[in-house]
Amino acid sequence: MMGLRLGSIRALAFLAVAAVVACGGAATQGKGSVHVLAVWSGSEQDSFKAVLQPFQDQTGIKVEYESTRDVDAILQTRLQAGNPPEIASLPSPATLTKLGGQGKLIQLDSASNPVLDMSTFNSQYAQGWIDLGKINGKLYEIFSWAAVKGLVWYNPKNFAAKNYQVPASWQDLITLQNTIKSGGTTPWCIAVESGAASGWAGSDWVKEIVLSQAGPDVYNSWWQGKTKWSDPAIKSAWQTWGTILGPNNSNVYGGKNQILATNFANGGDPMFKTPPKCYMHNQASFITDNFVKQDKAVAGTDFKFFPLPDVNSQYAGAHVGAGDAFSMLKDTSQARALIKYLTTPEAQAIWVKRGGKLSPNKSFDLANYPDDITRQVAQVMTGAKIFAFDAGDLMPTDMKNAYWKAVLDFVSDQSKLDSILANLDTIQAKAYTT
Amino acid sequence: MDFSQLLADVPTLVAVIVGVPAVLAAYIVGGEYVVRLLPDKLRPSVRPWIWVGPALAFVGFFLVYPVFGTAYRSLFDLSGNSFVGLSNYVTQLSGFPSGGSWIAIRNNVFWLVFFTVLVLAFGLLFAVLTDRVSYESPIKSLIFMPMAISFVAIALIWKFMYSYQPPGEPQTGTVNALLGIFHQDPRLWVQDPNVANQALIVAAVWGFVGFAMVILSAALKGIPGDLLEAARVDGAGELTIFRRVIFPLMMPTIVVVGTTLVIFALKAFDVVYVMTNGNYDTDVLANRMYKLLTASQDFGDASAVAIILVAAVIPVLIFNLRQFRAVEARR
Repeated sequence: MMGLRLGSIRALAFLAVAAVVACGGAATQGKGSVHVLAVWSGSEQDSFKAVLQPFQDQTGIKVEYESTRDVDAILQTRLQAGNPPEIASLPSPATLTKLGGQGKLIQLDSASNPVLDMSTFNSQYAQGWIDLGKINGKLYEIFSWAAVKGLVWYNPKNFAAKNYQVPASWQDLITLQNTIKSGGTTPWCIAVESGAASGWAGSDWVKEIVLSQAGPDVYNSWWQGKTKWSDPAIKSAWQTWGTILGPNNSNVYGGKNQILATNFANGGDPMFKTPPKCYMHNQASFITDNFVKQDKAVAGTDFKFFPLPDVNSQYAGAHVGAGDAFSMLKDTSQARALIKYLTTPEAQAIWVKRGGKLSPNKSFDLANYPDDITRQVAQVMTGAKIFAFDAGDLMPTDMKNAYWKAVLDFVSDQSKLDSILANLDTIQAKAYTT
Repeated sequence: MDFSQLLADVPTLVAVIVGVPAVLAAYIVGGEYVVRLLPDKLRPSVRPWIWVGPALAFVGFFLVYPVFGTAYRSLFDLSGNSFVGLSNYVTQLSGFPSGGSWIAIRNNVFWLVFFTVLVLAFGLLFAVLTDRVSYESPIKSLIFMPMAISFVAIALIWKFMYSYQPPGEPQTGTVNALLGIFHQDPRLWVQDPNVANQALIVAAVWGFVGFAMVILSAALKGIPGDLLEAARVDGAGELTIFRRVIFPLMMPTIVVVGTTLVIFALKAFDVVYVMTNGNYDTDVLANRMYKLLTASQDFGDASAVAIILVAAVIPVLIFNLRQFRAVEARR
C-alpha cells in the first residue's frame, strides 16, 4: 500500500518538474510584444497610444505600455530585479546616461548590427540632438519629441482689455508685472505640485534664468556639478526668480499656498477665468494641450505666448528645451522595430497633431503642427541662438530631486535662500561621485 | 480585454498547483523513509526537524539571510566596493535635529505615538459603543470598510479631501469645504510642515480604525455577562464597570493590537510616499530608505537606514511575542 502511494507521488513529482521545464521555453508566440515604460498618463498617454496604434496594426507586434511618474525609481528597481522593459522613455537623459555608462543599454549605432539606419538618422536629426543621445561617442538614446521651456503664456483678450503690451525686454516684463499688480490683480500664475516630482515646474524658472542671465558656460558647468549652488551666478538666478514671485509670493495668484498646492497641469487655469485671476503663466510648450482640453481655450484667440525675455542681452535668444529620450534595455527584434518607428517623422506627427509636442526631426513637415501657435513654438526651438537641454534633467537623480525640493523650500520661505543653497552644495558634493 | 497573457501562463499555473504539493509530499514521504532507517531512540529528535525543515529553509533564505546581508552591506560605501565601517550610521545619525535621518526618526516617533493611540482610542470607543446598540453590524461594517481599500488609494482619497483652493473660490477639498461652513479661510494641510504630519496620520488612522475595532469588539464579547451583572448588582455604575472590569479584562488584547499598530507605524510608507514623498518635513524612515536606494543608488546608506528601522522594530516584536504567549497561556 505504502509502496504504491510512494510510487505515484514520485511519478507526479517527476511530471511536475518536467512541466515546469517544458513551459519555460514556450513563452513567445505570434509576432511577440514589446514593453515600454514611460511617464505619460491621462491625455498624454492617449496620445502615445495613438502613436503606437499604426505600429501595432502594421507589424502585429503588441506594445505593452506602463506608465509611472516615479519612472527613475521604477526603472532602477526593475533593472535590479533583472526584469527591465525592452524600451524606456525618460524625461531626464541623466538616468539613461548613467545606465549607458554601466553597460545596461543597447548601443543603437553599432557598426556590425545597427538598430537604426544611420545615414537616414544622421540626415534627419540635428547634430545637437544626436550628441545629446551619445555616451562616449556611441549612440544610446534617441529623441522622438521635444518641448521648449520658458514660454510665457497669456490670454490676448485679457491683455487687450487692459491695454497691456507684450514685453520686449526683461525690464519691460518687470514694468508690466508692476502695472498689473498696481491694477489690483496678481500678474502670475505658478503651480509646482506634481506628486513625487513636486517642484520641477518652479525649477524651470530658475534654469531659464541661469541660462539667460549667466550664459551657457555657467549653465553647463552648473549642471555638470562644477559650479556650486552658492556661486553668485546661481544665487542671483534664484534672487531674480524672487523678484518675479515678489515678497511673500505676492506677485502670484493665491501666493505660497496656491503655488504649492496646485498641480502644474492646472497652473494656467485661473488665467481663463472671468475676471482673470492672473495674466501670465510660464510653462513649457506641452501645456497648450491642457489649455485646449481643460480650459476649452482656443490657440491664438484665447492663448498666445512670448518667449521669456532675455535677462542679460549678452546671451540673447537663449532657450531651454527638453525632450523625450528613448533607450533600449533589451535587444529584441520587436524593440528594434519600435525604436526605428519612433524616429520617423510619420510616428512623431501623430502626437504633434494631437498637440503638446514638437518634433526634433529636421525633415518634419511644419504643416503637421496643429496651429500657428505650435508652429511658432517650433520656430523658437529651431531659431534659438543658444539652445540648452533642461539642466535638471541632466543632473544626477539625487541632485535633481534636491533641486525640486529646494524650489518648494524657496517658495515656502524666500529668506532661507542661503541655507537652501548650502544644503544643495552638500548634496552636489556627493551626487556626482557615482 | 486581452487574455492571451493569462492563457500563456496556464501551463505554469498547472505546474505550480500540481507540482508544489507533489514535491512537498515527496519530501515528507522521503523524510519519513529516512527517519525509519534511523535507530528507534534517535527518531523523536530527528523527525520534528524534517517536518519543520522546509519552513526554516524558506525563512532562512528569504528573511534571515537578507537581514544579515543588509547589515553587512551597511558597512560598505554607496557602490559596495570599499569597507567604511560604521560611517554610514554616523551619516544617518549626525546633524541632530534636522540632518541625517533625524527628521524621519522624529516623524516615525510621531506616527508611533499618535497613530497607535488614536487607532486604539477610536477602535475601543467604537467597539464599546456599537456593542450597546441594535444596529451594531451595519455600523461596524461601515467603519471596517476602509480596511478593504489599499493604502495607496486611501492616500489619494485624502489628498483630494485636503485639496486647497484660494479663499473665495469654491473649495473642492472636503476638509476646506467644512472649514468654509464655519466661515474659516481654507488652509494648506498636506503642504504645511506644521500640520502635514498630523494630516497624514489622520488619513492612516481612518484606514486602520476598523481593524482595531473588530478585534477589540471580539474581546469585549468574550467578557462573561454574569461578571458584568455581578458588578451591577454590587452597585457599580457603567463607567466604573468599564474602568474596573471591562478595561482590565481587555488589556491583553489591547496590548497585542497596540504592538501590531506600533510595528505598522514604524513601517509607515505608502501614505507618506503618495501624499508628500517626504516633502514638507514628513519623511519617514521607510520612505527615506526607498529614496536612498532608488534615487541616490546609495546601497550603503539605504542599508544603514534599514538596519536602524529593524533595530527599532525588534524590541516591539519581542514584547509582542511575549504578550501573545501570555494571552495564550491564560486561555
